[in-house]
Amino acid sequence: MSASKNVDVLGETCPVPLVETRKAVRKASPGDVIEVVGNHPESKEEIPMAVDELGLELLEIKEKGDKWKIRIKIPEED
Amino acid sequence: MTEGEKATIIVHSGEFDKVYSALIMGTGALSMGMDVSMYFTFWGLERLKKDELDKGPLSRMNFFGLGKWFMKRKLKKSNVRELDALLEDFNELGGKILACDMTIDIMDINKEDLRDEVITDYCAVGTYIKEAKESEVTLFI
Repeated sequence: MSASKNVDVLGETCPVPLVETRKAVRKASPGDVIEVVGNHPESKEEIPMAVDELGLELLEIKEKGDKWKIRIKIPEED
Repeated sequence: MTEGEKATIIVHSGEFDKVYSALIMGTGALSMGMDVSMYFTFWGLERLKKDELDKGPLSRMNFFGLGKWFMKRKLKKSNVRELDALLEDFNELGGKILACDMTIDIMDINKEDLRDEVITDYCAVGTYIKEAKESEVTLFI
């Protein structure tokens, strides 16, 4: 499944990765997939926390060296 | 899911670093899905005057501005988002900025000098207490 929205927060630090992820989530539609790419270590842990708090679906977390990629799905409406 | 959960933050201090803490916490709480209200009062309210958001001194080791200059350099080097941009993020994510009416009186602030475009409303202590009672997180900075 390809991402419908990409968030590039490489080189960004607290709280930007979290904030930009939230902005993308607010603009997304049900069923959309958001792909966040960054390298801020804490955000790799905190974005999944926000995903949980927001009731979204965490599709995957991939790591390569310092970089990480998090894929989030906005739930379909019932 | 935290929909409907609230954070209320009192920004009593006007120092550069404390305003940073307040705005990072505010945008952070919004990002985690909470509703956030920031109440600017006393020295904090001074920071809502036009072009004043980043003008406060450091709360410690300011050294007549030298400490702050050094801190700003470090923030820039670490690519930390500037205060004005954080305030924009706060607004974009639906955060509320409340200005204390009483402070305007006692500190002789002209309402025209305040950034009306970022202030959601003017209020007094009752509004804060009512919101704080409904809040899961409340901070005094």
